Amino acid sequence: MSGKEGAGGFKKRKHDNFPHGHRREEKDNINPSTVFMSFKAFQLELDTRHDKYERLVKLSRDITIESKRTIFLLHRITSAPNGDEILMESEAKLDTVRQKIKQVAQELMGDDMYQFHRAISPGLQEYVEAVSFQYFIKTRTLVSIEEINKQLIFEAEDKEEETKPASDCLNSQSHIWCLKVTPVDYLLGVADLTGELMRMCISSVGNGDIDTPFELSQFLRQIYDGFSYIGNTGPYEVSKKLYTLKQSLAKVENACYTLKVRGSEIPKHMLADVFSSKTEIIEQEDGLP
Amino acid sequence: MSVSEMFITLQGVLTADQDIREEIRKVVQTMEQTAREILTVLQGVHQGSGFQDIPKKCQKAREHFGTVRAQLASLKMKFPADQYYRFHEHWRFVLQRLVFLATFVVYLETETLVTREAVTEILGIEAEREKGFHLDIEDYLSGVLTLASELSRLAVNSVTAGDYSRPLRISAFINELDSGFRLLNLKNDSLRKRYDGLKYDVKKIEEVVYDLSIRGLNKEATDGAGGEK
Repeated sequence: MSGKEGAGGFKKRKHDNFPHGHRREEKDNINPSTVFMSFKAFQLELDTRHDKYERLVKLSRDITIESKRTIFLLHRITSAPNGDEILMESEAKLDTVRQKIKQVAQELMGDDMYQFHRAISPGLQEYVEAVSFQYFIKTRTLVSIEEINKQLIFEAEDKEEETKPASDCLNSQSHIWCLKVTPVDYLLGVADLTGELMRMCISSVGNGDIDTPFELSQFLRQIYDGFSYIGNTGPYEVSKKLYTLKQSLAKVENACYTLKVRGSEIPKHMLADVFSSKTEIIEQEDGLP
Repeated sequence: MSVSEMFITLQGVLTADQDIREEIRKVVQTMEQTAREILTVLQGVHQGSGFQDIPKKCQKAREHFGTVRAQLASLKMKFPADQYYRFHEHWRFVLQRLVFLATFVVYLETETLVTREAVTEILGIEAEREKGFHLDIEDYLSGVLTLASELSRLAVNSVTAGDYSRPLRISAFINELDSGFRLLNLKNDSLRKRYDGLKYDVKKIEEVVYDLSIRGLNKEATDGAGGEK
């Protein structure tokens, strides 16, 4: 298939054109052959599949964006006195995200989730990150994967939805859609969470909050231990995140160290270098997937 | 549940997952072995003497497909039926190869394109996703594309062996395939990449047909196969 061969073939074909075109036309007259018919069917099948994939990618992007906004909102909590209000607002935001996930679940009804996993995985990870961040702020613990999945079981509320997915009704659990976050998506989401926690730690230091950094370093250490326990049994992406996680942990531990040594009188400018070396990591992790 | 407990559970899940993958890999390896054996049997048609006993070779290849069916049946048992696409990557390649081999056998026997349903029958798997281990459409199409390049090679070799009628039939077949694939709206993925190779196969066969017709050899072919050079 070299260029030379191609050029030669072209020349030859020019001569050959006439008898060839003739023959092909003849064939076309005999066609709609079985081959033609079956490829028509393949066309339909492939197009349907690609369309569905695109719809899921779009939903996934929406989920990602909305989850990111929730995370930004939650970061405001360290400086604001009205913590409860922000939590309420984030809950409302997460509800809208869950509505999107419900659409994903409806889209995937009767399909193998893993077939389209690549389309929705980024969105789900971001969602896990947002949910676990909110959960941590509320309870200071790590949300479990069961807890997350429990929130992703949807029931049809109004009649409109009951009539739309008519084929779904044939399924035994009539109007229930559910989506399960895979363990790997969960792990990757939690790994992203640590970056947010590190950010929260630094900003709380900036606000003169001395307790939160210690709590955070404690919590981050637990997560880090957990990831080390998994080590390389997990997939490649997980071990890749482990490196960033280690860096986040180091920053938080250093911040705690500085706090301990300097006591509560630490001036803000002392944290300047902690901040500056931090930004590169934050940028790295915040890049939209 | 504490954080460490959670991670211990997750680790358990991941290890179980790895065990399944390990099992799948083992079966897939034996399938690759069988696929190679079938290919060796069928490669015989490219030799000059091979054209006489094509039915015998096909027969032998079909016997090997019995082994494939057994292997696929054991592969089915290695993972939960509804998680086909989770482990799809592991057997994707070998399945495409087997599809190619099945289409090749059927082409040699009947000179037609085997349907997706017929392939699933030969391999002992299901045609539709709902029913269990099935044949993904992209894998089927990939196998068919491999058939096209194999046939362009066969066209060349059949001329060398003095069979001048075969290239004409192959040409008609490949052209039909080509117009079939033209109907598809392919995404920019591996299938599309392989489809891009189809035009070279078409061109190759057209060249062979040209060479034959300019020498008047295709007329002899229609009179009776063979003929002196």
